[in-house]
Amino acid sequence: MRAVITVIGKDAVGILAKVSTVCAENNANVIEVTQSVLQDLFAMIMLVDITNLKGDFSALADKMNALGEEQGLKILTMHEDIFNIMHRI
Amino acid sequence: MIEVYDILETIKMIQDECLDIRTITMGISLLDCIDGDIDKACDKVYDKITQRAEKLVKVGEDIEKEYGIPIINKRLSVTPIAIVSAACKEEPVKFALTMEKAAKAVGVNLIGGYSALVQKGFSAGDERLIRSIPEALASTSCVCSSVNIGSTKTGINLDACRLMGGIVRECAEKTVADKCFGAAKLVVFCNAVEDNPFMAGAFHGVGEPDCMINVGVSGPGVVRAALAKYPDADITQISDIIKKTAYKITRVGQLVGVTASERLGVPFGIVDLSLAPTPAVGDSVAHILEEIGLESCGACGTTAALALLNDAVKKGGVMACSRVGGLSGAFIPVSEDAGMIDAAVRGSLTIEKLEAMTAVCSVGLDMIVIPGDTPADVISGIIADEAAIGMVNMKTTAVRVIPAIGMKEGDFLDWGGLFGKGPVMSVNKFSPSKFVNRGGQIPAPLHSLKN
Repeated sequence: MRAVITVIGKDAVGILAKVSTVCAENNANVIEVTQSVLQDLFAMIMLVDITNLKGDFSALADKMNALGEEQGLKILTMHEDIFNIMHRI
Repeated sequence: MIEVYDILETIKMIQDECLDIRTITMGISLLDCIDGDIDKACDKVYDKITQRAEKLVKVGEDIEKEYGIPIINKRLSVTPIAIVSAACKEEPVKFALTMEKAAKAVGVNLIGGYSALVQKGFSAGDERLIRSIPEALASTSCVCSSVNIGSTKTGINLDACRLMGGIVRECAEKTVADKCFGAAKLVVFCNAVEDNPFMAGAFHGVGEPDCMINVGVSGPGVVRAALAKYPDADITQISDIIKKTAYKITRVGQLVGVTASERLGVPFGIVDLSLAPTPAVGDSVAHILEEIGLESCGACGTTAALALLNDAVKKGGVMACSRVGGLSGAFIPVSEDAGMIDAAVRGSLTIEKLEAMTAVCSVGLDMIVIPGDTPADVISGIIADEAAIGMVNMKTTAVRVIPAIGMKEGDFLDWGGLFGKGPVMSVNKFSPSKFVNRGGQIPAPLHSLKN
């Protein structure tokens, strides 16, 4: 089971480190990180393995959300299934 | 591997284009709650609803968080109360109060099923239930009601049409202090469906299993944004773009429905392939029609554009999910759609045009505010016209009009939230009284010699 963590907003120092720290605290293993600029949107996308997640999914989503608010960024944590089902037949 | 572009597209749909799941609706059969003693029956109804739906809201909220997709409403639908209450000889309003209490206990937004099916005539309890609707809706906040007065197979029950004109008025009159909101919770159907997840017309049909999960999707904003990227596409390409977009929207409905059904241990019913607008900016079906090329919704060409939209939504959606049902199509409620409201205010959208539009889309004359002095017979006439469109075209049609008591054309009724606000629209003032008061049954139409 994997989740996609998306960070959208303005670039700043240490974002990757902070997001990774929350992942580590919850035992979510970072598999891949991509950074992209689409139109005027800066986005970092992180694919994490949540098979052995400590606590439940909503707790991780809440923590990421709180981190985003603290940093003035939008951080979304979504199960990979929503992307797979929408874009694959 | 998931493509970056796909991830960003999904997020953009949710964040900027108002993609959401409109509702997870749990249908619950109350057939095993029937009892001659109304208090015993109500106790059984309360217990069954609260047991079955205990976890519905929690599961819905978890899914929302996990997939990052808003689920706007969690709702319940139950067996038409006219059937459940038929054995009791008392006023059925107690059932409405029980439904309200149970809905509040489990935390859902709305509960539907204070309903009667009288397309061919009134059976025991039907008329009593119908006459109690104004009182039931005035004394509850989240209970919704519907009455089926016609079908393609049976024709139209004109006695029921006549009765419902008065009931709609009475619902508004009894809730004047609440902006006539009672009438917004009542739908009069022709060809009502048994697995509809949308309110106010949801009820759990007798042919359905004991308990079931149905899902209604939304996403007019997504369709409009997709079309805006192709300003020069021809109409065939427009249809293809809508199909592809509808596929993606509906897939999310399928995912949410399957997940909810697994976690609740309740069979998954259907996805309603719907384009359901909200009053929010950027979530309007009228704006899609305008994006296709109409200066204002209601202009000549609107019916054709809507026919294409409705068909493409179904074609795209049908492949996206395992089972399809409900009302399935583009909705055109006036007060719940920012573009429809604007079009009505600027005079390009009239009730007559809306009636024509209902012949090619889901579901009917919906959330239309009419002058407070509109006589009951005129409302019956509106109901009969709309039912005739449904009966002849073998589709579901409905009427949900709100007589704005004490208001006239040009005034506004504003409920806020999902129900939105509506301008009082002009209604033809000539009387259909003699016609509706003839009573009887309009025979079922012939389905050969088609013209």
